[in-house]
Amino acid sequence: MKRKEKVTAYDRVKLARDAKRPHIFDFIKALCSDFEELHGDRLVNDDQGLIGGFATIDGVKALVLGHHKGATVEENMAANFGMANPDGYRKAMRLAKLAEKFHLPVVTFVDTPGAYPGDTAEARGQAEAIAKSLEFFAALKTPVVVVVTGEGGSGGALAIAVGDRILMLENAVYSVISPEGCAGILWRDGAKAPEAAAALKITADDLKKLGVIDAIIPERNLMAGLKKAILAALKELSVLPVEELLAQRYAKFTAMGRFG
Amino acid sequence: MAWFERKKEKAAIPQTKELWVTCPRCKKYFAKGDWTGICPECGYHGRMKARARIALLADEGSFTELFREVSYSDHLKFHDASGAYKDKVEATIAKTGETESVVVGTATMGGVPVMLGVMDFAFMGGSLGTGTGERICRAAEQAIAERRPLVICSASGGARMHEGILSLMQMAKTSAAIGRLKDAGLPYISVLTDPTTGGVSASYAMLGDINITEPGALIGFAGRRVIENTIHQKLPDDFQTAEYLLAHGFIDKIVPRKELKAFIVKMLHYFGF
Repeated sequence: MKRKEKVTAYDRVKLARDAKRPHIFDFIKALCSDFEELHGDRLVNDDQGLIGGFATIDGVKALVLGHHKGATVEENMAANFGMANPDGYRKAMRLAKLAEKFHLPVVTFVDTPGAYPGDTAEARGQAEAIAKSLEFFAALKTPVVVVVTGEGGSGGALAIAVGDRILMLENAVYSVISPEGCAGILWRDGAKAPEAAAALKITADDLKKLGVIDAIIPERNLMAGLKKAILAALKELSVLPVEELLAQRYAKFTAMGRFG
Repeated sequence: MAWFERKKEKAAIPQTKELWVTCPRCKKYFAKGDWTGICPECGYHGRMKARARIALLADEGSFTELFREVSYSDHLKFHDASGAYKDKVEATIAKTGETESVVVGTATMGGVPVMLGVMDFAFMGGSLGTGTGERICRAAEQAIAERRPLVICSASGGARMHEGILSLMQMAKTSAAIGRLKDAGLPYISVLTDPTTGGVSASYAMLGDINITEPGALIGFAGRRVIENTIHQKLPDDFQTAEYLLAHGFIDKIVPRKELKAFIVKMLHYFGF
């Protein structure tokens, strides 16, 4: 326990970004007995930075969505390092709508530096795509379990992180802005990122205290523990009538940042 | 001509600061008395205080402010290089007379009862804090209860990082509440004013049944410099302007300020209010 306390917020940022950390397809391989990826937003593109498909987890059928950073340089480039374009969020909504139609729960894996800040992303409506995702997932009539596995980078993360249960890996981080971005603005020095990381309160422990996440998944025996937690959450949620599910989800998010 | 103008810019302008106004968009100079907040040259619509915009939109004497007691929260005890968040936000409150970056309340517009929310960029850059999100959420909920259309005028740099992850969560919270209002068959008219960016454009500002803006307004998700650094290219001047958003299909109409109220009322009439 003592050793754990010495890990700073910025140490966790580095751990969360570590290229050797499991990526979406590692999680899928370890947790799912079957996975069938489905492509495209039916509008303009098939974003590689946010992938999805139907999967079976211990016999439970679900839709899996997740940011994809890529494991090789080629994959990194194709996936834009997990920075999704509007097309990615629109693909996620399309697939989630399909899951809703056939009463399948949704499990999302969040790991992104943020939504892609590019000219093409702006032209295709990055802001609109994220906004629509938030509104959409808040009202999706099927259970949604969210796992923050690495970097929970701002709006680009939140767009697939509105759900009924929010799980977070021990060394994942989740923040309104990157520590470097915050340091650049408020400290006028990007090198003050460690100070910004500490001030922003972005670790799993911090977020648990703030009521933003429901559970922390230890990284020792990660896949076994995570699988158990996802299945337990899905089981709990599967018995709720849809109206109750949506009422609880609405209450969960509207209670955040409500004081006194 | 060219040498003459350059000289004038260097020497004359700083000395006549009190007499001249510069348009933030086209950079042309105007005598202060001639500046109405709208650039006569390029048509850019300058920023407005929340109270001034409420006076512009609400029928005279009809606005009743709600939830003024909901204000900022310093749950992180946030400090940065220039000091404590609490001190900064208290100074802003003292300076602006507002207690959050959005002012909400009931009003009538052309006789139609509405729920009106107007953001104020002068309050911490119009940033979306927990108090802002809570006011908008409550406004949407009360609008549902009273069957009022919702009109929100946004002006914001994005989420308020001093309030950390909970400020990010206000994007989800406000979007959820506005989704419920729309599902209840009520119209939501979003007016994206200069500037509307980041977490506000990526939540309630872009969710209007009708999205409108004013000429020359800056609207976007990521900041221009961030994008230029990402793509290693200079962006065109009109990037992320109201006109660019209209051309790309994200805005229903660019409405000049003097026609704003009439346009909103007309839409509400079409929707049966």
